[in-house]
Amino acid sequence: MRDEVAVTKEPLLPTPSTPHSPGRLLEPLLSDLHRPGRRAFNLPTLDVPSVPLERMIPPPMLRKDPAPLPEVSERDLVKHFMRLAHLNFSGETNFYPLGSCTMKYNPKVNEEIASVAGFSKVHPYTPEENIQGMLRLLAELEQLFKEILGMDAVTLQPAAGAHGELTALLVAKAYHEKKGRPRHKVVVPDSAHGTNPASAALCGFDVVEVVSTARGRASLSALKSVVDEDVAVFMMTNPNTLGLFEGEVLEIAKLVHEKGGLMYLDGANLNALLGLYRPGDIGFDMVHVNIHKTFSIPHGSGGPGGGPVGVRAQLKPFLPGPIVVEQKGIFRLASPGPDSIGRVRSFFGNTGALVRAYAYIKALGKEGLRGVSEGAILNANYLKALLKGHYPIPVDEPCMHEFVASAKELKSRHGIKAMDIAKRLLDYGFYAPTICFPLIVEEALMIEPTETESREVLEAFADALIAIAQEAKANPGKVQGAPHRMPVTRLDEVTAAREPNLRWR
Amino acid sequence: MNFVPLTADDRKVMLRKIGAASFEALLEGIPRAIPRADLKIPPGLSEPELLRLNADLAAENVNTRSHLCFLGAGAYDHFIPAVVRYITSRGEFLTAYTPYQPEASQGTLQAMYEFQSLLCDVTGMEAANASLYEGASALAEACGVALRETGRGKLLVAGGLHPEYRQTLATYLKQAPVKIEALPVKDGIIDLAAAQKQVDSQTAAVVVQIPNAFGCLEPAEGLSELAHQRGALFIASINPISLGILKSPGSYGADIVVGEGQPLGTDLQYGGPYLGLFACRRGLIRKIPGRIVGMTRDAHGRRGFVLTLQTREQHIRRAKATSNICTNEAMMALAAAVYLVSLGKEGFREVAAQNLLKAHYGFDRMVRIPGVRPLFKAPFFNEFALEMPVDPELLNQRLLKEGFLGGFPLKRWDPALAKGWLVCITEARSKEEIDRFVAAVRSAL
Repeated sequence: MRDEVAVTKEPLLPTPSTPHSPGRLLEPLLSDLHRPGRRAFNLPTLDVPSVPLERMIPPPMLRKDPAPLPEVSERDLVKHFMRLAHLNFSGETNFYPLGSCTMKYNPKVNEEIASVAGFSKVHPYTPEENIQGMLRLLAELEQLFKEILGMDAVTLQPAAGAHGELTALLVAKAYHEKKGRPRHKVVVPDSAHGTNPASAALCGFDVVEVVSTARGRASLSALKSVVDEDVAVFMMTNPNTLGLFEGEVLEIAKLVHEKGGLMYLDGANLNALLGLYRPGDIGFDMVHVNIHKTFSIPHGSGGPGGGPVGVRAQLKPFLPGPIVVEQKGIFRLASPGPDSIGRVRSFFGNTGALVRAYAYIKALGKEGLRGVSEGAILNANYLKALLKGHYPIPVDEPCMHEFVASAKELKSRHGIKAMDIAKRLLDYGFYAPTICFPLIVEEALMIEPTETESREVLEAFADALIAIAQEAKANPGKVQGAPHRMPVTRLDEVTAAREPNLRWR
Repeated sequence: MNFVPLTADDRKVMLRKIGAASFEALLEGIPRAIPRADLKIPPGLSEPELLRLNADLAAENVNTRSHLCFLGAGAYDHFIPAVVRYITSRGEFLTAYTPYQPEASQGTLQAMYEFQSLLCDVTGMEAANASLYEGASALAEACGVALRETGRGKLLVAGGLHPEYRQTLATYLKQAPVKIEALPVKDGIIDLAAAQKQVDSQTAAVVVQIPNAFGCLEPAEGLSELAHQRGALFIASINPISLGILKSPGSYGADIVVGEGQPLGTDLQYGGPYLGLFACRRGLIRKIPGRIVGMTRDAHGRRGFVLTLQTREQHIRRAKATSNICTNEAMMALAAAVYLVSLGKEGFREVAAQNLLKAHYGFDRMVRIPGVRPLFKAPFFNEFALEMPVDPELLNQRLLKEGFLGGFPLKRWDPALAKGWLVCITEARSKEEIDRFVAAVRSAL
């Protein structure tokens, strides 16, 4: 089969569209395009009487000079940003196997739906009786998330995954306080995403890290020694950041619950469970969802996102508000009860993103949702099988939606690090996996293909990785000096941090 | 619909390579005690069905196309140039992740560097991050920076701060040993003389919103001076459009400037995603939250951009990070950059001036209606509070029937302002529309 195919070859997929020549600027800054008197957009001529501004605003409050913004024609503005666009790899233009980030295809119909004026141009303080369609959608989305997660209540407010973590941990804190037994510890495995300990610290918890087992799982025995009655929450990612299902999750949940603690699921890896398993059925009391991962909303180069949180019934009174309630067929926003943690942001939430998530769930339906996790798991296992023998897989068991390979051997034998492989992959037209994470695997390459990639793409990607492994032996300098075909070569991050240049003036 | 391209043949080939007899075999390691899901969710919809369903839901929602909007209160109806939507809908920006591989993300990184630069130009500050979630949480993050920076335990927060910002701040700081005190409001703005007595050596920051929740312009310069006299930080939450004509916070010594960036080219979309603005003076850059882009060089000396100062962040520092922020609102930041440059230096001043002039024109017409009085005397930008002779909720329902989205009933924030009505007029309203609105109010009373 495909094993014999891999031979060192020049990349077939160049793609960085701007040819580079040393010393040439890729694209000038907007400030360099400035020519006084140019303008991309003109307002209608003022149609109310013009009055000196000083008659309305005390002169000391007024600017003397306008803000020094660049003046650029519309044609130049579009050219500038189009040229910048061409310097990017994206989910739409490239395979983007960034582990734990679920860079799946973002359906175009969702963009069309969200841009309709009845969603995109609705003011957040429009009277509730005049936005029944919006509120019905949000109420139904809450129900859909409850069903998918196996939870009793959902808040749609949080703007991102980490915001969801913050929300849930504040809920947990309030819950324990209400029970008259404040707790100060949050336990996280050493394979956890960095946001977990950061969110816990932000909520004033002491963070306790537990080591994973040799099989990359949360260790029940290690947990037994740290889970006591001061533990408010155990934060778990399942499947974990190695793409492995936490097989002892029921026992762990039992242990945590016996001590009165709560089980939290970091939903970053929910793509593996969708329609197959429900967090509420496997011992979790709280879970956040990353709608920019699992539910296909485009992540926009880092944002927006959305981090709805689902909880069990006993935690519902503590959720933030406002909440959508239905009374006699009319949907309204209600303030939460006296035990609520309060608001975590202004207005209802990242509604524009939630509308897309709703459309995605409605499009897939029950079968389609399960098809997501099945496709994701199948793709990950296939890619893992293609790479087996070429890259060590530290825990070689059937994986869920992602897996972790290691560049450990290439490093010790040829001085090639995970970072070098990541950079060389760019030359082959592929975005890089998440590298050097999870921290418990040396020279980790964390690979998540998602369900929306075809077999051909996975094979081409495996061929590239195998070719790079061969290059590492034959010509390590080429890999260490990568990327060669990108608009820039490796950038000096040390100087960037030491002498920060953060703006053009 | 589904978006999985695997054919039956693909699946067969793939399972054979994996060495699994069936898909189920891949789940064998999962304990049988764990139940399988059986979702009570209806079958999926085709694209035409999906569009119809959503069009029906959207049709029920009053919006700024169906009605003329005179509602603000923290989210604003401004005209968005077509070029903003075009650029932000490009998949190369829209479907990329956080730029962890800078060599393949120079487009996003340069655009974020430009956004940071533009925000500095507008606010008069020395540095900015590449955005936070939205205005209220950005303010809460700023207060966190002030508490860490000063080691002090008291925040003095303007009484005129948007109530949802105040509530968000309270939630964020619930677990911190912090005292949050309100600076009392007199005639719509902070009373400087009273504030003087409240600022002391324990004050970490004086936190002010300009314009405030009632549309009034606070005596920002005096408050900044007051804060600095006692070694406190001055935090200003601004409406970015107003800075087209108002003095920049940097010019009167603000330490941190935050704000809701939605007015800069982002649709109202029922409250989000919006844009959390965050700028500061240079001395604070290693203590602030969020992604920051810096300019640097590659091995050949070519200019390039990277995420920088990452040792502040959660993926490096974990529990010791300055914040838990990971996701931001990069696409809205891109919209803001395109918006600001599409206006340029003169256009940005002009859009602010038009907001001011149209709001004042509307205000002058409105207060001539018998029984309508201004609530406050303080100067305002594009939003003003009135006392109406009828319940504003009732008035709004009448106006809706006439095709207007009326102002914000202030009793929702403060029961004492039972007849308070906060009206917003931006550059997007024409004189003729304002006149019609005033006439509709007159006949609805």
